[in-house]
Amino acid sequence: MNKVDNEPSRSKWIEWFNPQGRNLEGITFSLNRITGLGLTLYLFLHLIVLGTLARGANAYDNFIKLVHNPFFIFGEFLVVAAGLIHGFNGIRIVITSLGIGVPTEKRLLVVLMAIALIGTLIFAVRMFTA
Amino acid sequence: MSNIRWKVTFQIYRAKGDGPVHFDTFFLDVDPDEYVLDGVERLWAFHDRSLCYRHACHHSTCGACGMRVNGVEKLTCITPIREVTTDGGTLRIEPLRNFPVVSDLAVDMGSLYLRMDQVHAKSVLPVTEAEIEKSPRDWSAEDQQYIRLSDCIECGLCISACPISATDADYLGPAVLAGAQQTGLSKDPALVEIVDSEDGVWRCHSAYECTAVCPSFVDPARRIMNLRRQVLGQRWQGLFNRKGAQNLAVEEVTR
Repeated sequence: MNKVDNEPSRSKWIEWFNPQGRNLEGITFSLNRITGLGLTLYLFLHLIVLGTLARGANAYDNFIKLVHNPFFIFGEFLVVAAGLIHGFNGIRIVITSLGIGVPTEKRLLVVLMAIALIGTLIFAVRMFTA
Repeated sequence: MSNIRWKVTFQIYRAKGDGPVHFDTFFLDVDPDEYVLDGVERLWAFHDRSLCYRHACHHSTCGACGMRVNGVEKLTCITPIREVTTDGGTLRIEPLRNFPVVSDLAVDMGSLYLRMDQVHAKSVLPVTEAEIEKSPRDWSAEDQQYIRLSDCIECGLCISACPISATDADYLGPAVLAGAQQTGLSKDPALVEIVDSEDGVWRCHSAYECTAVCPSFVDPARRIMNLRRQVLGQRWQGLFNRKGAQNLAVEEVTR
């Protein structure tokens, strides 16, 4: 068994994603971290993709043909979902950080996440049926 | 209390000195309306006198008996067993997170107490400053002279539940920021320097776990958000009027 390790440490970042005992806002905190990391990764991939333009129109068109398959479309869907969840949760954090709507923040969270979910479903229908 | 008896398995976190961490298992017959602390005390009294844990008042005033029960922070003296397990179920009892373990379930909460002092958190306050149902301002002049204990019992449950406190030892933490909010930046402008900092009010990431586990209706998350509003108000005043500039001057002097 391990020795006692009960003090704060940056190496415990994995705890951010531990859902045990978390309330709704705590789970949203984890989601915000996951989506934030995902969107940051996507930003770099996006810049790499845009970099193909420097090699000419044909290179870009060929790359677009390459990624036009269900695997990459699902990846794009995840980016949209992450953007909506992160964005709408961010709205809640900004509003409450100004001291506005704090007593009703749980309802605000549910409404904003419902909007994010509906938006995600609309995008899913459009992306997978196009 | 009732005549109903439940068989409950207690899994107790054990750690002594540099020895290995492990869980000891005990089986107890309990009344489901007993509190978790009652069970722990019986384990100590009749099963293992080397078990170390903190407790004092048994009525949620001292804040000493905070522990993690099945992964959730609880003040064990007011947590009925039926609320956290079932007949034949298990209670996994662990110390609070984010504090050094002294022994078994007892943690060293010195860092919390020092920080509460740092922000001049009040342990008693005039009733006129209390957030209670009936506004004390409606009371007679005589009644308004009373003082009352602060809501925060410094139990540390919020620090244990906070995901940011788990990774940032310098973060002031929910209880401390709530204490600063209660004091108020307008009454104690020197607090601005402490709370408007990297490890202060802006480190909170709105997980609201502190409010979820607080046994004393302090609602630290709401207080942190209010403190942010106060900080922003001070900055705004600093930009546009003399009073704010004076506050900033005080801030400079205290640096």
